[in-house]
Amino acid sequence: MGKNLLFVGAGGFGGTLLRYGLDEIIPAPLNGFPAAILFINLAGCLFLGWFLTYCLSSSNISAQVRLFIGTGFTGAFTTFSTFTVDTVRLIGNGQDAVAVIYVIVSVVGGLLMSCIGVWLGRKMSSKREGAAV
Amino acid sequence: MILWIGLGGIAGAVSRYCVGVWLGKKAQGTFPWATLLVNLAGSIILGLLAGYSDRLPEAVYRMLGTGFCGAFTTFSTFGYEAVTLAGNKRYIQAFSYVLISVMLGLAGAWTGIYIAAQ
Repeated sequence: MGKNLLFVGAGGFGGTLLRYGLDEIIPAPLNGFPAAILFINLAGCLFLGWFLTYCLSSSNISAQVRLFIGTGFTGAFTTFSTFTVDTVRLIGNGQDAVAVIYVIVSVVGGLLMSCIGVWLGRKMSSKREGAAV
Repeated sequence: MILWIGLGGIAGAVSRYCVGVWLGKKAQGTFPWATLLVNLAGSIILGLLAGYSDRLPEAVYRMLGTGFCGAFTTFSTFGYEAVTLAGNKRYIQAFSYVLISVMLGLAGAWTGIYIAAQ
């Protein structure tokens, strides 16, 4: 348990700082649309879908790598609370249409990216098994 | 500043993992209660912080908001769990998970901001 916490924490440190860095670098559009967080959440969904699927099918990847990269890094890189708070803020600023578009693109896009990630993971693991035989 | 955000991120990710381990022992079935709980709680806390942000030092807001709440809540696990539920033909669970997460998360964020404004 103690060692697991270390792996999750180390991944969380890296994921959080990468999110902070990208959020600072990616320019915000004039209408306040949270483009950086949208990009981060969609990229994280794609990566986690691929990583967990590929990792589940591989005995070479240890449980601790999974905790470090999946639970720690990618879990902390993406964020749900910033998504919800930014949406409520947009509504508070009277930008209802921007808020609705942000929610729809985040949720539908996030689910789609997760799907594509899982599909890629399956494809790559079947290719790997095929090559091993 | 960056170090404080990173430390908040460590605390957030570790807390999320602990909620998962703790609820994993209690909850039965396939519904992702742990992620729903952290995303809901994190939305309320970040809403409170955002509401109080003009009265908080920026470093404190960054550490607790960007660091802790950002890392405590997660979007990628939410997406993966919803897609996994649908892949296992648990369509009603997948659909309610997405709907409840978004609706309650937005309501939680609004509640936090509203309380802070009182």
